[in-house]
Amino acid sequence: MSQFTHPAILETKQALGETTLIADPAQIVDLCRHLKDNEKFVRLSSVTAVDWHPAEPRFEVVYHLASIEPIRRLRVKCRVSGTNPEMDSVYSVWRSADWYEREMFDMFGIGFRNHPNLVRILMPLDWEGHPLRKDYPVHGYKYGYAKE
Amino acid sequence: MKQSFEDHVATIAATQETPAGPAAPRRMTLNMGPQHPSTHGVLRIVIELEGETIVKAEPDIGFLHTGIEKQCEAINWAQVVTLTDRVDYLSNLANNLVYALTVEKLLQLEIPPKAQWLRVMLVELDRLNSHLVWLGTHALDIGAMSMFFYCFREREDVLRIKEMFSGQRMMTSYIRPGGVALEPPRGWEKALGKFIRQFPSKVDEYENLLDSNPIWKIRTQGVGFISIEDMLDLGVTGPMIRAAGIPLDVRKTEPYSSYEKFDFKVATRTENDVYARYRVRLEEMRQSARIIVQAMEGMPEGAFQADAPHVVLPDREKMKTQMEALIYHFKIVTEGFRVPAGEAYQAVESPRGEIAYYIVSDGTSKPYRVHMRTPSFANLMALPPLLEGTLIADSIASLGSMDFVLGDTDR
Repeated sequence: MSQFTHPAILETKQALGETTLIADPAQIVDLCRHLKDNEKFVRLSSVTAVDWHPAEPRFEVVYHLASIEPIRRLRVKCRVSGTNPEMDSVYSVWRSADWYEREMFDMFGIGFRNHPNLVRILMPLDWEGHPLRKDYPVHGYKYGYAKE
Repeated sequence: MKQSFEDHVATIAATQETPAGPAAPRRMTLNMGPQHPSTHGVLRIVIELEGETIVKAEPDIGFLHTGIEKQCEAINWAQVVTLTDRVDYLSNLANNLVYALTVEKLLQLEIPPKAQWLRVMLVELDRLNSHLVWLGTHALDIGAMSMFFYCFREREDVLRIKEMFSGQRMMTSYIRPGGVALEPPRGWEKALGKFIRQFPSKVDEYENLLDSNPIWKIRTQGVGFISIEDMLDLGVTGPMIRAAGIPLDVRKTEPYSSYEKFDFKVATRTENDVYARYRVRLEEMRQSARIIVQAMEGMPEGAFQADAPHVVLPDREKMKTQMEALIYHFKIVTEGFRVPAGEAYQAVESPRGEIAYYIVSDGTSKPYRVHMRTPSFANLMALPPLLEGTLIADSIASLGSMDFVLGDTDR
């Protein structure tokens, strides 16, 4: 697989047959635009986050890209700080980022600038907390039955 | 977008105000679901109508959110298999398979050929199951009621075979990290052979029933168009994109579990409408039947689980005679097996499209993060462009042709 070159790429890793780029979150839209236009990654397969609580920077936002011709996949990761986590939305590059970014906002509390409609998607609108954060309990959040 | 009840009443009141001029169009907001029968689950769509034309459609999901991804972090690697069953309840084996493959990638386990062949065979059987349910319910939505009975007749046979293998009809948990759960039962070749030999003639029967029905053709042909650019941009996969002429199928493009050794064609059409999606799924059923026959005939001899005592539960007989087997059993049952730290992403072609799991391990006996990239979630993003500009009466056909499962969407 060819090497990817862009000023936003901080590091390139190869493990288990998968390529991972560690990228600068401030330039993510620029990088994604480059990967889509020049490297033919026309599909954004999924976007998700990993919470490394209590490490800092706390969150890892993970993009999985796929190209059809040639067939290949790529992972792009960004580290985002735990205090007021926010980064740019890649909605302008791939529209499929829409719901994935809403899901991350819902589940991890990561904000996305320039997202057209950043509201909760899976949890009720008035829900408190972000369930997939590591400091959010698995049981007994509201009713306390886990303590009994 | 979710709205409070008061907001909703206000929206309705706003649409009922007198329009500015006599020629101004009168818009109506229509709430469809979450209990509408044609949404096949709990999907809510807020539709704005101008006459009978949909000008805006906004899907609202989350009614079946069960927090599966969160629960995965609290249980050990082997227990997660049972949760993956419940993600997409119409093709649970595809979910089992993608989880098993991702964990095996992290463990760097080699799976014996017999287990791989069994996996391919059963996953294809599950594809038949899912497509049969889709065809039956989709035809039922459009008004061809008898199709439902024909499809569920064959689906019952598929479920019986799944029960024969695993003891369960739907939530089988049959494919596990390290291989499959059990040795195939006695007489499975006879039961499956009998079913699969007559299955292609049943597909011809469905085709005859529907294609000689003018109402079916009028309601499906030229309905539910969405451009290829939109589909790629929105991450649509599966029969939807294949019906537009793009042969995107993970089984061919990135073969897993020895799919490269099976001879099958990727079904594509070019019309890109509801009818094309129906034809693609019919052809996929025929191809799946071919794969199942090949897997049955070429079933290799040997073990059905990998030789990895630290992952796979030992044989019961060995536990009575060998101390190591007993120790491994005790360790796996009490604390679960450990997976080396790392991350892996694996995609599999489910009946609905590309399903992929992203799993992060921190080296302990529980997953650190399991992300499920489910096809229904991505495909549903294409709902607004699919519905907008079409007639409300066609929305049922368009919706049905997407073949989503809400458990798969909300996880």
